[in-house]
Formats: sequence, structure tokens, C-alpha cells
Amino acid sequence: MKSRIRKASLQVNQNEGLIFEKSSAGKAAWKLPPLDVPEVDAAKLLGSAERKDLGNMPEVSEIEIIRHFTRMSTWNYAIDLGMYPLGSCTMKYNPRVNEAVARVEGIANGHPYQPEEISQGALQIIKTLSEQLIEITGMDAITLQPAAGAHGEMTGLLMVRAYHQSKGNARKKILIPDSAHGTNPATAAMVNYAVENLKSDSRGMVDVTALEAQMNEDVAALMLTNPNTLGVFEQDIHKIADVLHAKGGLLYMDGANMNALVGKVRPGDFGVDVMHLNLHKTFSTPHGGGGPGSGPVAIKKALEPFLPTPVVITKPDGTLGLEYDRPQSVGRVRAFYGNFGMFVRALAYIQANGPDGLRQTTEDAVLNANYIRKGLEGTYDLPYSTPSMHEVVFSDKLQLKKGVRTMDIAKRLIDYGFHPYTTAFPLIVPGALMIEPTESESKEEMDLFIDAMKSIAEEVEEDPQMVLDAPHSTRVSRLDETAAARKPVLRWKPSS
Amino acid sequence: MRYLPKSPADREAMLKALGRRSVDDLFSQIPAEYRLTRDLNIPRQMAESEIVDFFRQRSRENGEGYTSFLGAGAYAHYRPVIIDSLISRGEFLTAYTPYQAEISQGTLQSIFEFQSMICELTGMEVANASMYDGSTAAAEAVMMAVRLTGRRSVVVARSLHPEYREVLATYATHQGMPLSVVGFADDGRLNLKELEKSITPETGCVLVQSPNFFGTIEDVAAIAEITHKHGAMLVVSIAEAVSLGIVEPPREADVIAMEAQSFGVPLGFGGPYCGVIATREKYVRQMPGRLVGQTVDKEGRRGFVLTLATREQHIRREKATSNICTNQALVALMVNIFMNVYGKVGLKELARQNLAKAAYAAGQFSRHGKILFGASPRFNEFVVQTSEDPQAINDGLLGHKMVGGLPLKKFYPELGNAALWCCTELTTRSAIDTAVGLVAESERVVSSAKSVSSTKEDVEEVAR
Repeated sequence: MKSRIRKASLQVNQNEGLIFEKSSAGKAAWKLPPLDVPEVDAAKLLGSAERKDLGNMPEVSEIEIIRHFTRMSTWNYAIDLGMYPLGSCTMKYNPRVNEAVARVEGIANGHPYQPEEISQGALQIIKTLSEQLIEITGMDAITLQPAAGAHGEMTGLLMVRAYHQSKGNARKKILIPDSAHGTNPATAAMVNYAVENLKSDSRGMVDVTALEAQMNEDVAALMLTNPNTLGVFEQDIHKIADVLHAKGGLLYMDGANMNALVGKVRPGDFGVDVMHLNLHKTFSTPHGGGGPGSGPVAIKKALEPFLPTPVVITKPDGTLGLEYDRPQSVGRVRAFYGNFGMFVRALAYIQANGPDGLRQTTEDAVLNANYIRKGLEGTYDLPYSTPSMHEVVFSDKLQLKKGVRTMDIAKRLIDYGFHPYTTAFPLIVPGALMIEPTESESKEEMDLFIDAMKSIAEEVEEDPQMVLDAPHSTRVSRLDETAAARKPVLRWKPSS
Repeated sequence: MRYLPKSPADREAMLKALGRRSVDDLFSQIPAEYRLTRDLNIPRQMAESEIVDFFRQRSRENGEGYTSFLGAGAYAHYRPVIIDSLISRGEFLTAYTPYQAEISQGTLQSIFEFQSMICELTGMEVANASMYDGSTAAAEAVMMAVRLTGRRSVVVARSLHPEYREVLATYATHQGMPLSVVGFADDGRLNLKELEKSITPETGCVLVQSPNFFGTIEDVAAIAEITHKHGAMLVVSIAEAVSLGIVEPPREADVIAMEAQSFGVPLGFGGPYCGVIATREKYVRQMPGRLVGQTVDKEGRRGFVLTLATREQHIRREKATSNICTNQALVALMVNIFMNVYGKVGLKELARQNLAKAAYAAGQFSRHGKILFGASPRFNEFVVQTSEDPQAINDGLLGHKMVGGLPLKKFYPELGNAALWCCTELTTRSAIDTAVGLVAESERVVSSAKSVSSTKEDVEEVAR
């Protein structure tokens, strides 16, 4: 079959074994300066605690390390190479100035316990970012301490619990729509709340009648992603908030999809009481192969007493300081002050954008998702016809007739030079293809993507087996995950 | 906006393709009363040069150029330059969690190597792909031990990093996990008699840190014996990873919860850092966090995948081992590269330098102040007790662009005027000598002031 792949072509790439396989005694990539204090006898100082052997730690030279990691890096797909339309992950461009400013001496090397008088720069960064995120979300206060989105969820729910507790009843459960991320129910369990499922209606939105029926004084909060995981804005959001508030419940918003809202609408204005942000999604800090993230939690005034400690304050002399004495605080969720390096990057991103840039970013993200929806409608099944915001969810219903599933289409997309979309999520769409292009894609890149997806749909009709066997152009083909889980090999060991 | 790859004509063409007149039509599902009709109240777009200037200015206000003796869970070690050159490769920096294994082998193989090296260093059988940091790793390790033993109460060392203790308290509050604290003995190590008394049939685990918050190395074997005798599990937290180069790892532990920041991660005012959990193979299914495993593809070639996902939130939802999703992959990559650079021999030499610097500094300080817990083995931190309040001593040092040891009054009022000092391979002898000189001078001033005031009192008494 003639190749319809336009974006990618094959290229030689290097093989590279495990670093342990390159190791041999006497090679080294390190050099320490001469010791300027007297040598010590470790055996004498440490006694039986002295370690004599470092096992099979590698011994390699610097050039080998450079080649090792550079070669491995070429086996990865990345935003820097092309469109990475993972729904719900917001794989946008990670600006390089963010990386540069995070490495400026006093910012990279500040010690968390250095005295406040020489920490004014870091505290100013925390304060400025906090104020700007409060303005962007329309909330009243914020903590930047949580290390990631799920950690933010936990922090948010701890504050929800503390709020209810202060009113005399911590309540028993959290309502979670069936379209929610898995972290939501897992978080509720960590904070010792029972989870009650909330069904979506035919539009893919919260069923307000069902919510009214399920809402009572046992419900502490509803955890709602808005736009939800179908990429749909919850149109009845004000009614939802009213139903909760009427019975003393709180509205928690999972801000995973905030990239659809920034500069256009503010959660604080539509009734949200607590929400977390993902700086690594909406605010462009790099995903780095799975982290670090940062999950600030923004809240309304009523929850402010419960913020984790410490909180940055302005002291009477006008300098900034850290306040620890907050008797109603939920406590600490992490040592020190959070993933500070990510605050630096997020602030640099906001500065580069300004109000007009942030709004344009949101508009482009929504425009891109709708453009893809239009381009693929008819080729792929669209289970919900509700308007899309920043992402669109199709299903594999049409391709399933040939035995081809969402994961197979995803794998074939790799051959076309794209990272796959999110597969099989949200759970309410069987065989979901969840596509979030973000604002970072040009029209040309998206046209290539649409062509690729259409071409794959044709291939499914003509030669489904070829799609089932994909990818064909990667250095490894589909890996045996069952074997990996059944007999886990989780570390290298010397062959004996 | 310079990050957006579209011309006005592109936008127009796309809107036309959608049959829309304006982009605002795409937002019509948002109820009109909530739509923002003004600009966000944030500063205007800044040029790249302005952004760099802004952060350079903040940097100058942030301890730039100070010599520091702070440790206490965040350590200043040299970062080989290849760390930043390698992690800056877009293929590592701008990739997501490696769910699509065929195009993520770089990330996956490097995590597999990371797990392997952590096992080598800790003496454990399995390690995960990373946790948020040392404090949350310790809390998650405790929850893991509680699940494994089916017993809910937890015994925690008072010599565990105080902020780790606070984090654990936050996590434990709503898990129905009662915490009790065991103090330290006169030698700065866990009070074993108190430990023996604190463990009950309900104790699921004991959590200690070694080297502990005072830099003192715990007798892990003795702690393990007492813990295991009562059917509880031992979780050991390691906050200073470089210690593993010369201090025997806590092999008797059941779970190790580590902070790997010392391995090439910038201090960064407290984060991002790199937590890790390591344990025995038999406990792996209760371990939280991502795991990479080795397998083969259809042609039998070696490859790596995320595995044992049935423990995780996206599969198990409310029954998951943890809600953790994002970890610290890029930071774990820094740690990984650092471990490769120093390797089997270098890590030992690096640790030996740390040991020597701290031993020299403690020796010098002991001539002017008291080294607490001086008889116990320690790594690169030690506690100096002075007659002057260390806060006041540090105020004086600041004038010499030096940051003295961490005053402990806030965390351990019972230790009086005590401060935790740290020396690493980066601490020069001349910096140590200067700091010791300044502390000595402050002590002399205090003691002469005291003798002056006592003379005055004597005079007054005689006069009466």
C-alpha cells in the first residue's frame, strides 16, 4: 500500500543498552577537588555504620553518559517534535525563558530555611503568582504548597472537611460525576470521605435533577471538572452550585481543564468554592516525562482559615514573611513551600502572555479543538453532540465494526508522526478518543493530523490487520504488558 | 502573542471552516452572565528581556552570593553541568508520562535504571519511579505499612524531620491512624526504651530517619529488632541521600522513604525535589506510585513499560493505593544522571569529603560551643549549642554574607540555644574557619557581658 504518511519519515536511531552493561571498574565521570581539611578514618567515625560496598552502581565516563541519555532521548516523542493531543493533559508549548529564569543563581540555589530578610525575592515570586492566579480564577485566597494536581485535590478536600468540621459536622461523602478523573475518587478516599457516583445526562453534563435527589446534609462537596472530561462546559453550573449551597455543601472544581477558561470566565464567578490548578497543564510548566507538577488550590474567603501552613504575609515593615501560627489550618501537605521552581516558570508564562495573550491562548485552544471536531466529524463517531470547548471526544464505534479499537488507531497514529490522543477515557464513552490539541498547534499541523486520522479510518476499511499490528515504524513494537505485570522485572541485576 | 503559531488569516480561515463569525461564538455555551467582559487585571505582556530582568532582580533579593551552613532536609551539593544539558533535551523535558511505550522508551528505560540504582544504594529489592518529595514519601510509606499489617497506629521518632512529622500528621488525621512520638536519648538517637514501651499490638509501623534530623546515624538494626519483635514494620526515612555513599543503608527496614534532592537537584527554595519509596519485592503490590518493568515486544526485543497499574488511581479509583498521578520524573532524571556521574567509587569519595568537612567543622566549633550528641556517629550535620541565642549569632553572620546553622528552638525548645549546622563538599575550610571565628567572637562578647553584669549585681548586692 502506498504510504499516506506525510509528517514523518524513518530515520536511523541508535541502539543503547542499560548503563550497567557499559560499566567497568576504573571508568569515572567525576573529579572532586583536593580535600582542604584533614582526611578522616570513616571506620573510626562511623563504626559499624560504615558502608564498604556500593553494590553494582555503574562506573562510566562522561561521554558515555552523554551518549546514553541522548540516544535514549531520541526514542521519545515530545511536544518539541510535534502535536501531542493527549486529552485532559494540556500538552502545550513549554517556553524556554521559563527554564532560563528558573536557573538564575539566587532562584535555583535559594535554601528553604535561609532567613526571611534574604528570601524576599522568592517570597515576592510566591506572592505575585498567588495574586495573579487569584485574579485569573476569581477566587479569594490560594495555597501553592501542593506538589501536583492530585495533591491539590487532597489539600482542597482537607479544607472542605475542616470547613464542615468547624460548623460541627464534617459530613460523610463526596459526589463525583461518572466522567471524572480517577484521582477524584482516590483523593476522596484519602480524606476519608465515601464516594457517591453522579450520573451524566444525555448531553454529557451533570444531571441537575439527579443531583437534587442525591444532595443532602451528608454531602460535603461535589467534585466537578469544568469543562468536564468530554470537553463540555457545564451549562447548568449556577444551578449546580445553588443545589449544593442550599444544603450547605461546597462546589469543588477540578481545574484540569482550566485552559478552556482563562481570561474568558472565572470559576469564582460561577459559584466554585474550592479548586485546584495544574501549573503543568494550563500554565506551561514542562511535563518532564511525568512530573514535576504543581497543584495550587484556590478558595473562597470562608475557607481561608484552613489553608495549609505556612502562608506568605506582608509584615508591618512592608517586607514579606511566612506565617505559621494559624490555629485552624489543615496542617502541612508537604515539606517547605511546594514546587517553587514551577511557580517561577508559571509566573514567567503569565508575564509573557499578559491579559490579552492569555485570552487569545484560550480562544485558540478552543478554536483548535473545534476545528479538529469539524474535520473528523463523520469519519469518527461523536457520541455527544454538545458543543466542545478545548477538547473533543470521539468514539471508535465505526471502526469497531472492523475489530479496530481506539488503542489500535492510537498506535497507528504513531506511524504518522503524532503522539496519540488519550484512549479509553472518559469512562462514560466506550472506546473513547479524547483529543486536546491546545493552542500550540498551527493550522498546518492540525490539517496534517486530520488527514492522518482520516487516512487511518480508510486503512481500517481496507486493511484492518495492518492497523491492528501498528505501530510499524517504532524501535519496538507493542510490548507484552501482561507478562510485565505477571512476572515483574523491576530492576536490573547482574547476570550470574 | 509569541507562543501562538497562527496568523489572523489562519484564524479567519478556521472560523470560516466552522461556519462561525467570531471566536466568541465558540464560548456561547457559557452562560452570558458569567463571561468575563474585561481584561484580567494582570500586568501587560512582557518581552523576554523584561522577564529575565524581573527574575534577575528577584534573584539578587534572594541570598545570591551567601555562604550557607544550612541543611535540615535540603542540601547544597555540586551539580555536574551535564545534568542540565541532558534534561534540557526537549524529548525528556516536553514528554508526558510514558503511557505509549513504543514512543517513550527513553523515559521508560531511564526510569528502569533509576529504580535499579535506588535498589543498589538502599539495599532494597524494588523502588518506584519517584514520589513528590521525602515528606510525602514518608507519609505514603507509613500508609503502605498500615495497609500491609492491618494495624492502624504509628510510632514516629521525634528526631524525624519536624516538617515530615507535620506532613504525616496531616495525612494521618483522616485515615484513622493514631500517631505517637518517641523521643531521642542523650546521644541524639532514638530512645530505645521508650520505643519498646510505645509499641502496642495495634502498632502498624515505626517511622525513623537516619541520619536523623540532627545528622546522627540511628542504630537501625536495634530499632528493627524491637519493631519486628512486636510484629510491626519499620519505615526508615533518608533525607540526605549522599550519606548512602559511606553510611550503611538501613537494610533491616521494611520500607525506605527517601528524599533524593542531594543527588543533583537544585535547592530551589524547597522544590521540586524527588521522593522515592523502596521496599521488599513481596510488598510491591501495596507500594504507591509509578513502576517501570522490563518486558519484550512481539519480536522478542527488550523493552520497558509502566506496570502493575492495577494499584493506581486511574484503574482502581477510590480503592487505589494512593491518589498519586504526576510524580517527579524530570527530577528523578537529574538524580539518575547524578548517580551515573559519581557511580560506585565517586559516591563514596563524595560522601567521604562530606564526612571530613563536617568532622573538621564540628571539631573547630567544639572549642567555642558544645557539640550536642557528639559521641554518636554522624554524617554531615551536627548540633552546636551556644550560650548566645543562635538567631542572634546568625544575624551577625549575615553581615559577613554567611548563613549560619538552623536555629532549633522552633522545633526543639528543649535543646535551648542550639543550631543544626551542615557542611558538604562545597563548604570550604576557610568558610568554616570564618564562621567558627564569628561564633567564637559572639560567645566571647556574651560571656564578657555576662561577667560584667554579674560583677554589677555583686556590686549592687554588696552596696545593699
